[in-house]
Amino acid sequence: MSTTSHHVPDRLQSSLQRRLKSWESLLLVVAVAIFLANSFASPYFLNAWNLSDATFNFTEKAMIAFAMALLIISGEIDLSVASIIALASTAMGAAVQFGADTPTLVAVGLGVGLLAGAFNGFLVTGLGLPSIVVTIGTMSLFRGIAYIVLGDQAYRGYPESFAFFGQGYVWWVISFEFVLFAIVAVIYGVVLHKTNFGRAIFAIGNNPTGALFSGIRVSRVKFILFLLTGLMAGVAAICLTSRLGSTRPSIAVGWELEVVTMVVLGGVNILGGSGSIPGVVIAAFVMGLVTFGLGLLNVPGIVMSIVIGALLISVIALPRLWSYWRRG
Amino acid sequence: MIYQTHAEAEDVSPPIPILALDGITKTFPGVKALSDVSLSLYPGQVTALVGENGAGKSTVVKILTGIYQPTEGRILADGTETRFPTAQDAADAGITAIHQETVLFDELSVAENIFLGHAPRNRFGLIDWAAMARMSREILDGIGAEIDPGAKLRDLGIANKHLVAIARALSIDARVVIMDEPTAALSHKEIQELYELVEQLKGQGKAILFISHKFDEIFRIADNYTVFRDGQFVGEGKIADVTNDALVKLMVGREVANIFPARPPGRGDVVLEVENYNHPTEFADIGFCLRSGEILGFYGLVGAGRSEAMQALFGITRASGGTIRIDGQEVTIRATADAANNGIVYVPEDRGKQGAIIAMPIFQNITLPSLSRTSHNGFIRLAEEFKLARDFTERLDLRAASLDTKVESLSGGNQQKVVIAKWLATMPKIIILDEPTKGIDIGSKAAVHEFMAELAAEGLAIIMVSSEIPEVLGMSDRIIVMREGRIVAEVAHDDMTPETLVRHAAGIT
Repeated sequence: MSTTSHHVPDRLQSSLQRRLKSWESLLLVVAVAIFLANSFASPYFLNAWNLSDATFNFTEKAMIAFAMALLIISGEIDLSVASIIALASTAMGAAVQFGADTPTLVAVGLGVGLLAGAFNGFLVTGLGLPSIVVTIGTMSLFRGIAYIVLGDQAYRGYPESFAFFGQGYVWWVISFEFVLFAIVAVIYGVVLHKTNFGRAIFAIGNNPTGALFSGIRVSRVKFILFLLTGLMAGVAAICLTSRLGSTRPSIAVGWELEVVTMVVLGGVNILGGSGSIPGVVIAAFVMGLVTFGLGLLNVPGIVMSIVIGALLISVIALPRLWSYWRRG
Repeated sequence: MIYQTHAEAEDVSPPIPILALDGITKTFPGVKALSDVSLSLYPGQVTALVGENGAGKSTVVKILTGIYQPTEGRILADGTETRFPTAQDAADAGITAIHQETVLFDELSVAENIFLGHAPRNRFGLIDWAAMARMSREILDGIGAEIDPGAKLRDLGIANKHLVAIARALSIDARVVIMDEPTAALSHKEIQELYELVEQLKGQGKAILFISHKFDEIFRIADNYTVFRDGQFVGEGKIADVTNDALVKLMVGREVANIFPARPPGRGDVVLEVENYNHPTEFADIGFCLRSGEILGFYGLVGAGRSEAMQALFGITRASGGTIRIDGQEVTIRATADAANNGIVYVPEDRGKQGAIIAMPIFQNITLPSLSRTSHNGFIRLAEEFKLARDFTERLDLRAASLDTKVESLSGGNQQKVVIAKWLATMPKIIILDEPTKGIDIGSKAAVHEFMAELAAEGLAIIMVSSEIPEVLGMSDRIIVMREGRIVAEVAHDDMTPETLVRHAAGIT
């Protein structure tokens, strides 16, 4: 072609400029504001142990939210995560009745999570069914199994060493769960933002046909994402069961919506194609701080859910206003 | 006769245009899309609007149809100044447009699509379905389209969808019909029918604005021409008074070699052999071989199964049987990744949906199939990605603000360059180009052709699926003609004439 080639720069905006104008920075401002508001509103807020306790409000949900973020970016969703927790927890409780030790319980929890994720993944990628319908179905199915097994009973008697996952502290006020949350956050952040697999997720979410025509194994990637989401639900099931010390079939009821809220609040496009793990991390803190702050102020649970709902709607509305600001 | 009488002089003066633009300027923040352009549409005449991509043709169409408001200038209807504040106002003034990508509704029936928004009503004010079906039938018959008005639109091929769009335009009693690339998706036969249709519309005294990149069409059908270049008016006149070359020169502002690059025929080793390749519904018994350095043309009517066969080779659709050998080795292709790994790549016809991921930056589009090379142990390396993207976009002379720009902001020609660059970056052995110059302007077209010749000279084996006879004839070493899913002829270089191609494609023996 023509020999006089035009110079096309790599980038117009520096990465610092882009970071400053990003959704994450806005969210960070919100998080700091809530933190300040909380510390003025309650004298008990700025207490290391209280803050440490507060992290339990979000660590388990956030670990699922990271996998869910990848899944939603790829254009799919898994609404069965809370029910996978119930199923995995029930399976662990049943294993305890057969005298399973802690390593076996962990294997059971993770294994059930993986199996449930594989089941969802097969229905979506193998049979080509829409994930929202499939996982609404498995949401009832998985929890239904837990109810059939347990009825109004509960499994107890978890081994003492099992309590570490949900109640143990690694150092001072730093809980095992919080450390796990941080590690998982880094892993998912690296996978999404620094690997070929992550790039494929964005490509699929933006245009599945185009991704297929670009040589990406779309079904395989999506299947892996369902597996990962199931696995993280299994991890959450271990932590939550360990923290509660018992399993009831109603365990983690309604968590799927809180997880999705966290993901969307973190700036992940619910239609797929964009989002970031740092965003979800900040969103996890925001939600944790809001619930904890309201709890300290003795706000009843129903009001808390109103606040979370309002938060979600403002988050969906804000990007529109945000884009005007960015253009200006 | 030496002296003209007054009356005769009046006869040759043009009639009042039904619709005219006078001194129209349209600015967007930072861009002047149109600068002081004028355009006149006369009753019973076809005016061709000619210009490269980016010349401002689409903006004019949007102003005429009330989607954009001009920044300056006047719109004249029957000589009096008017405004179209909304699309509905333009429609009420009898202006209808058949767009490049007309908005139709896949889930609705053909009849519903035709009459959406102006359906016939019965005396209860409800939609008169029987009348709607009957009127749809009449309109479709009138344009020679064999389409069931009750069929769901999504079950129709792209060519038939286009005919539905035309039928919709006809169902509105329009005075001005704007046809924006109406033949882009049509087969030879359908194009002939469209020409007849345009003649009919002319006979009814309608004014037609005809936008096309195809010069043979313009000379076949238009009475007048108006040329835009870079948002400016550069000339108008009667088609009868202008030559092809003069019009091209007006359009691009320079001489464009209207010839295809001369190149020696490809005589390399056989790289691809396909034998007895079958699909349950789309194609059967496909067999051919391809040499390195060769350009093999695939000609046929729309729906002949060319794209489907190529997409099977690329692993998009699964063939039901057959053998593929690359460099003599039999290969199995189950997924696009298999094809790409074996050195077969495919540049699809539909850039926006299949070719590129337009919401993502240029460099990420280009490296997407090559990530295994730019990355290290699965971790992305941005510097390597930019380097790869830079190498190939420079080679294709891509015009863009930056490599981080989203592909959706590029013109059609530049989008096509991104898609081609993306696949060349994988260092393929075989590249399949499906309608590589469809919908891109003459300048970019010549550049793509030249580049194809360059690639062939470097030893790449090229399959070019094209429905444009001049392109197929000008670029191919050999041409395979398909009809109804089968190969009906292989035409050697010396036997290639438009007549042979059309006869084979249409099944005339």
